[in-house]
Amino acid sequence: MPASTPSMLRIAGAHAKLNLLENVREPIAIIGTTVFPTLALLFFVVPQSAIADDPTAATGAAAQLGAFAVMSVCIFTFGIGIAEDRARPFDGYVRSLPAGPLPQFLGRLRTGVLLMLMGLAAVTLVASTLTEARLSPDRLMLTLGTLLLGALPLLLIGFAVGYTLTQKSAIAVAQLLFFGFAFGGGMFIPPDGFPSWLDAISQWLPSRSSRDLVVWAVGSGDVAAQTFTTLALWGMAGAALTVWGFRRDEGRRFR
Amino acid sequence: MTSTPLVDIRHATRAFGEHLALDDVSLQIGTGELVGLLGPNGAGKSTLISLLNGLRKPTSGTVRVAGRDPRVPANRVVIGSTPQETGLPPTIKVREVVDFVARHYPDPDDTAALFDRFGLTELAGRQCGSLSGGQQRRLAVALAMVGRPDLVLLDEPTTGLDVDARQSLWSAIEDYQAGGGTVLITSHYLEEIQRLAERVVVIDRGQILVDDSTQAVIDRVDVDRVELSSEDSRLDTLPGVASLARAGDRVTLLTADADALVRALVSERIEFSRLRVTGASLEDAFAHLTRTAA
Repeated sequence: MPASTPSMLRIAGAHAKLNLLENVREPIAIIGTTVFPTLALLFFVVPQSAIADDPTAATGAAAQLGAFAVMSVCIFTFGIGIAEDRARPFDGYVRSLPAGPLPQFLGRLRTGVLLMLMGLAAVTLVASTLTEARLSPDRLMLTLGTLLLGALPLLLIGFAVGYTLTQKSAIAVAQLLFFGFAFGGGMFIPPDGFPSWLDAISQWLPSRSSRDLVVWAVGSGDVAAQTFTTLALWGMAGAALTVWGFRRDEGRRFR
Repeated sequence: MTSTPLVDIRHATRAFGEHLALDDVSLQIGTGELVGLLGPNGAGKSTLISLLNGLRKPTSGTVRVAGRDPRVPANRVVIGSTPQETGLPPTIKVREVVDFVARHYPDPDDTAALFDRFGLTELAGRQCGSLSGGQQRRLAVALAMVGRPDLVLLDEPTTGLDVDARQSLWSAIEDYQAGGGTVLITSHYLEEIQRLAERVVVIDRGQILVDDSTQAVIDRVDVDRVELSSEDSRLDTLPGVASLARAGDRVTLLTADADALVRALVSERIEFSRLRVTGASLEDAFAHLTRTAA
């Protein structure tokens, strides 16, 4: 008769709590996700009345910054966070406890979602009070849905970075990817301002797809079929790399 | 009907590339035993522990705890082990990490009682990174026991602790065994093994050299080192000489009875000078054991 164990959810909850506590005590992740996009709003959107006073443009800008906040959680909190945790001796100790790797994974996921919500809340607050950005309730669900959909490939890319790289490499690669994606995806300069060669490259970036999706959802832009193709391709690549990295990690450290 | 031993390791070998960390190790431990695993650094003690707490799989052979494979996470509810010294998240508080580990087990100990037993009550609200080495060690042992597992694996639990801290940890470990727990403790302190263990397994270079009662092992490793300068060839014929090593005219002898040896030196009228008698280090004793076991 196998020994009884606490439920997986209970253990995942313990991991989630520990992970959140660490993020609260060393709040760089929280600050990064909430302050960065808020500052971007305050410095680049609010002062430009052409954008700030036009509901469509303002909502579009806010939506993009929301996608930006979500992407930063995916690549930094997950990418660097996972790599950092893997480098610690505590990770080995956790593996010796009566739970597999799944509860830890779920716990991390919960913290990530909380951080995303914090970032989105900050953006929403600033945008709704200081600009003419407005979102009707029926659009809200659609927006949240597209944010999630667009985040999926980026989340998988974050996992891939976290599980395949060492801590130092992860930090470097995460920054390269993040800023490359942010700029190339049209989150800093709107894609309409792109020269045609840049726009062509941009269409293949997951950040561009996630941006386009959410801007469409709030009613300030369009999507094309390309958007979904790009998302699917990056999603598959991210998933494949994650599985490979995870297995290799297991093989090196725990077999 | 024979009962399955709680720990059942059969012909376990663990290789890391070319290096054999464990070489055909077999070990059975029954419920309620307190076994000391003694060996120099690099002997394979930590590797053996990692096979038991499921972190590593043997390259060949089998490892079973309570009849089950500790590689399966659910089977580890009967096992508690100590984290490495540096292995606690620095910003997490003592009470939080204890709670975290406790939640992995179906019937954990009462936190307040646990803190009391390990002297952690005043430290409960401190962050792990602010604890001294000794405090971290106490916490490490507490973490191994919080789940009230059947088997507790303690890897060098009192290294670097002062006398008082060591004594109080030893009491906690003895209480745990008295309550029905089984303990495997690794150490390279003879005194610790003498105090706690009824049975000692000596391991060196991945192999078990001795598996015997504590007294029997102590007798074998409790040797003295006699150094002297002498050209005399009769030295190796002296009674009780376990080993002899020469470096120029300087001779080092290991013996279980230094007094008898010195008396023999005098009565045999062996020329010697610069005599020095010291207790042998555990490393000397292991070297001696390895030679006698070979």
